[in-house]
Amino acid sequence: MNVRTMIDIENIRKDFPILKREVNGYPLAYLDNGASAQRPAAVIDAIGHYYRMEHANVHRGVHFLSQEATRRYEEAREQLRVFINAAHDHEVLFTKGTTDSINLVANCFGRKFLAPGDEILITAMEHHSNIVPWQMICEEKGALLKVVPVADNGELEADAYAQLLNSRTRMVAMTHVSNTLGTINPVKAMIALAHERNIPVLLDGAQAVPHMAVDVQDLDVDFYTFSGHKMFGPTGVGILYGKEHWLRQMPPYQGGGNMIKTVSFEKTTYNTLPHKFEAGTPHIAGGIGLGEAARYLMQLGFDNIRAYEHELLEYATEKLTKTEGMRLIGTAPNKAAVLSFLIDGTHPYDVGMILDKLGIAVRTGHHCNQPLMDRFGIPGTIRASFAFYNTKAEIDRLAAGVERAVTMLQ
Amino acid sequence: MADIKDIQNEIIDEFSLFSEWMEKYEYIIDLGKSLPMIDPKAKVDNNLIKGCQSQVWLQAERTENGKVHFTADSDAIITKGIIALLIRVLDRQTPETIAHAELFFIEAIGLREHLSPTRSNGLVSMVKQMKLYGIAFQAQTGWKKHL
Repeated sequence: MNVRTMIDIENIRKDFPILKREVNGYPLAYLDNGASAQRPAAVIDAIGHYYRMEHANVHRGVHFLSQEATRRYEEAREQLRVFINAAHDHEVLFTKGTTDSINLVANCFGRKFLAPGDEILITAMEHHSNIVPWQMICEEKGALLKVVPVADNGELEADAYAQLLNSRTRMVAMTHVSNTLGTINPVKAMIALAHERNIPVLLDGAQAVPHMAVDVQDLDVDFYTFSGHKMFGPTGVGILYGKEHWLRQMPPYQGGGNMIKTVSFEKTTYNTLPHKFEAGTPHIAGGIGLGEAARYLMQLGFDNIRAYEHELLEYATEKLTKTEGMRLIGTAPNKAAVLSFLIDGTHPYDVGMILDKLGIAVRTGHHCNQPLMDRFGIPGTIRASFAFYNTKAEIDRLAAGVERAVTMLQ
Repeated sequence: MADIKDIQNEIIDEFSLFSEWMEKYEYIIDLGKSLPMIDPKAKVDNNLIKGCQSQVWLQAERTENGKVHFTADSDAIITKGIIALLIRVLDRQTPETIAHAELFFIEAIGLREHLSPTRSNGLVSMVKQMKLYGIAFQAQTGWKKHL
């Protein structure tokens, strides 16, 4: 069956007001969804409605508005629990985003469980936000950072992973989907392998949740992190999922309002989950908007999204690889809709600039993946990252734009 | 050496001939390609200005008549083309002129976006660095006067 009959792209595009914009005299072709996706009107309206009609501080007041805001915020949490199929609402923590979620785990888990000589295992395809927090806590604790290498096609080296897991490994922290290579890692099997040694696993799901259904119970993952703005929700809000027994054992690292049960100058007792980790007034509108984004994605259906995006990726790969001197970075068989490439004799920045003049938004540079760029011996790539609202016509424009850039630059 | 205002006005005149962005960029790319190669010995970390997107190497030296001579390079050709324009304006000027230079031509020819800090192509830091060389050489001259 043709995927287009299952999801109606023209109607979906109407949900996203920004896609009507013109840039440099051309209709916008937004192919930078990996950096940040756009929001449907439903999300924008939910945020607007909250500020116009529903705002008060949450978890505090006895008055009507505070009760209503609290209910709306907690409904959003429940929506996100359903979105990732977590067992309990209190395992779903609101954070500022993936970076904040990873920093929380690195600090709270690291302080409690890391000793000198212990190891944290990451991979060579991590975003800086899943490298630096671990580096910082390792330095503080005298622990070591170990790295699973990446093969030439952009897949993780499975044998090396198995060998690197050992009795000193305290945590595996890895990405579910690579932001640069598009590789979808075989995380379920990797988690099972780590669990054989009782090692917990944290997944960076920032690039996974916009594209595929994630079931944290099925994955049996210990910590799962993602950002609102990459899944068509607001910026400045994200999620940390943690298994209850881990969250209970971890001390909070930020103190303040909301996270306490009782405070005296001698002793403070902490609030229950999830509030223990949510110090201060949260990004209430952001949480509500994120809940709405999750609802929107579930309505669209991830089977439809995956099928259509796969069609886009295959089309784009075929179209773009016709360009002479094209070098794809990331050719794993199991990929999300991300196309990273270089063209002989051109610099990514130059190609990106010319595409911008043609109204085509791509990302150029190292994508916060400097070690990965070093691994492939390149300064950066041009990255087109697709969402379900992109079209084959936009890919045609990308291919034509790249051809034009190459003609100008070589 | 011509006045830096005159050189900048000359560049603005040249760019006014282009009716669309494509011609403008083709010209900048040509400038980038024809920028004299920097001495490979100058391509050292000390002269490197690291941008997120592209990198710039900048070297400055005093000429015998007290002017400043700049050579520069970049790994990206559009960045290199804009470097060629900056060098055309500031090369072989006095340290005083460089230190106080107002580079109005960038905006006038519609290339301001390339010198915005968010572009992170190394050009903003390069202009800053050129001016710092001006200030440093100026201080050197001032110091020698008192010897």
